[in-house]
Amino acid sequence: MPTTYQIVVCGGIVPDPLQSLEPVMGPTGPALKNEMMLPSVLDPWAWHALFEAADLAKRHPGSKVWLVSMSPKAKLQQVMMGLAQKVPFELVVVDGPASGFADAVETAAALAGAIEGIPDLDRSKLLLFGGWQSASRGTGAVLQMIGEILGIDEQFQGVDKLTVDDSGGLEILERIEAGAWQKSRCAGAPAVLGWATGELPEPPNNPQIGMQNMRGIMPALQQAKPAALSGEGLSYDSVESPKQRRETRVETEMDADAIADEIAAWLKG
Amino acid sequence: MSTETATMPEVERQTMPVDIACVGFGPATGGFLHTLQQGLMNEDGTPAVESKVMPGMPPQVICYERADDLGFGVSGVVTEGRAIRESMPDLDLGEIPTAAEVTSEKVAYLLDPIGASRRSGLLKVTDTLIKPFAKNHAFTIPWIPPFLRKEPGMVFSIGQFCQWVGQRVTADGTVQVWPGTPVSEALIDDEKVKGVRLLDQGVDRDGKPAAGFMPGMDIEAALTVVGDGPFGAVGRQLDEHFGMPEGHHSRDWAVGMKFVIDLPESCNLKPGAVLHTMGYPEPEIFGFFYVFPDRVASCGIFVPSWFESPTRTAYRYLQHWLMHPWIWQHVEGGSLRSWGAKSIAESGRKGEPHLVGDGYARIGEGSGGTNVLRNSGVDEAWATGSQLGEAVLELLKDGKPFTKENLEATYVRRRRESWLEKESVKAENARNGFQKGFVRGIIGTAMAGMTGGRLHLGGEIMRPSEHVPTLEDYYKGRVSAEEITEIRKACEAKGAGLHDALMDKVGWPEIPLDGKLLVSQQDALLLGGKVQAPPGYADHVTFHDTTICESCEERICIEACSGQAITMNPEGGTPLFEREKCVHCGACLWNCSHTDPSNPERGNVNFQASTGGFHSAEN
Repeated sequence: MPTTYQIVVCGGIVPDPLQSLEPVMGPTGPALKNEMMLPSVLDPWAWHALFEAADLAKRHPGSKVWLVSMSPKAKLQQVMMGLAQKVPFELVVVDGPASGFADAVETAAALAGAIEGIPDLDRSKLLLFGGWQSASRGTGAVLQMIGEILGIDEQFQGVDKLTVDDSGGLEILERIEAGAWQKSRCAGAPAVLGWATGELPEPPNNPQIGMQNMRGIMPALQQAKPAALSGEGLSYDSVESPKQRRETRVETEMDADAIADEIAAWLKG
Repeated sequence: MSTETATMPEVERQTMPVDIACVGFGPATGGFLHTLQQGLMNEDGTPAVESKVMPGMPPQVICYERADDLGFGVSGVVTEGRAIRESMPDLDLGEIPTAAEVTSEKVAYLLDPIGASRRSGLLKVTDTLIKPFAKNHAFTIPWIPPFLRKEPGMVFSIGQFCQWVGQRVTADGTVQVWPGTPVSEALIDDEKVKGVRLLDQGVDRDGKPAAGFMPGMDIEAALTVVGDGPFGAVGRQLDEHFGMPEGHHSRDWAVGMKFVIDLPESCNLKPGAVLHTMGYPEPEIFGFFYVFPDRVASCGIFVPSWFESPTRTAYRYLQHWLMHPWIWQHVEGGSLRSWGAKSIAESGRKGEPHLVGDGYARIGEGSGGTNVLRNSGVDEAWATGSQLGEAVLELLKDGKPFTKENLEATYVRRRRESWLEKESVKAENARNGFQKGFVRGIIGTAMAGMTGGRLHLGGEIMRPSEHVPTLEDYYKGRVSAEEITEIRKACEAKGAGLHDALMDKVGWPEIPLDGKLLVSQQDALLLGGKVQAPPGYADHVTFHDTTICESCEERICIEACSGQAITMNPEGGTPLFEREKCVHCGACLWNCSHTDPSNPERGNVNFQASTGGFHSAEN
């Protein structure tokens, strides 16, 4: 009998990392200037994790994918319009901030609570997916904490490939230092996999998947409960984004050595 | 010979039936869906009308938008918002980021502080007479005629407005809006529109099947609502298939290019302040400046199709406009947040296509809704959508099919009886004078505005290509033919357009790039709009007849390209196109100095359906 999985992907939304982000200190803590004007996307690392989850579920008929997201409802609704045509999933929403400034421990507890609340979730078949890092200025530690709260000991980070053998064992390719990978094995679910980029291209938009997903997405958004985040015990002294100044110019006749010299001089300051 | 995408061989396509399919999500479709959604369900949660494709359910209404998200790549706007307020009497502008009530309005004539613009003798005399009364090289018009005034009104980013509307109309699940999903064409069978075909995915640049090929699905619909803007692929397909009404044509265009700026602390303009300019950097170029809350402004220029320059670059002109002392006093020390460009259909009622047919209806800018006298299009677009929404609800509740006759009796009738039609008729000839120059155009517009359209100055509406002189003629007396030849050779060798070299030559100073507010055009692609081109789609800009390109001397498609996505081919011949830089402004479509031999109403550039472009809703 083929192995089936119950795959929960944790992924919040973030302001599109390509936008001009300017941190400001607001009355309730750090924030981004004009954050509500910025387009949002599913956190890019979680984006890859979701596509890997859908692919795994497709290869193991009978499996199911949930996307558990702590995000502001209104913005999440907007992101779903772009995402829900990609792959089939069921949405679970925790209405909360997506700024990345929330306490990681409290965020993990809220998401773990939402996962525990999924009806009939079979923990023995649970694969907890997410991004190994976050583009939301977050700690990159939330996924590990959720695994700990749920009592899942098998944890892998920086995953680029997951292979299931005939006995249901998992072989995982994890990124380690110096551009190398580490191959690890475990007996099977439950396990936590924090994905790097994976190996899959972005799936095309499929209107039928969109129609199917949307039937569950709107009720999930309407039923979302606010996250219990007190923010106590956490403070920020300051926030800032990397300073950069673009000075693009087109050089068609400059030789490679001269370009290298100029870049080296710029790097040296 | 043609570089257009080869016709796709017949492939098996999936089909999906819906009740209503919408093409494009802008203010018009927003108005349509907002109105429609309110009548689809009863208060007890049961369907007010029933779906034909899913009995027992409310009608299945789907909208496909080509951009990556709702409201991407549009513009800031000032509008009276009459139709918007009529649809939403409880409208709270505080809910829409960037929105504010209009608090002040000024119109200024800008003098040329540099002496580089191309001004007629009459205009030079006018400038001399005005100069003693000018401040910061600008003369503020003491009285704004009622037909131009937008107070009471509102300013906002159309992108932010569309996102806000999108969230509202999709909130209860009766309407679905899918961005990132371009429609390639309408499905026409026996002169009836039967739905739409989505664009093929997983194809190479020429549109041929590649890895991950997924043929575009056929969406079968009893009603197709076409609101895909001024140059949408479906709207243009219908124009070509069904033709235009007698005497109608889409010949007047403009490209609007704008910056979104974080204003400096020193700027004393209040949210809701609106500035309009004319006269500079060239007399034919008009400017706008809208102040949003939180010290953000959307400002830019309109470069019209009747501006007789073969080197009409909007980007450099925009920077010169920004640096005019009257504008610079407000922005110096600020920083650029975003940038964008968009074509505007300026034909107004003259560009109105057949509004309805069996199985389809046209709304918004592409339906000729823009009022060219009042310089207003967003509210009019919303009005057309709202009127169609009311009409569709009426037909659904009466159980009548979406035939041409029924749509005429409901939608077209509402439109003809509304303020939109009455004002559109007044505006119809207001801009004719611009066909023969700036001064004549201004006088003609004023005459039409002050007499309710009864008087205006004539001028045959020419095709965009008929406005384009040779470079030698345009620069006659300023740059010799020999110098132009040398400049052309030097630019071709570098693969560059000619506009920078020619503008330098006639005295436009170099832009002092500061990396903050004044950035290179390529930096603007990165800094502001975040241009994206998802893989798996064909090149959407192609050329009908490449032999025309090979002999073309003007190559306005290169000069006018807002994203520098169309570039000189160093090997000569057809220009090169980089999809990754295209901001989908559509300027290349009408900025061509030649006509397609098979259709004189269009240029030699084709702009097909595609996704990508700006990834920003700040514009």
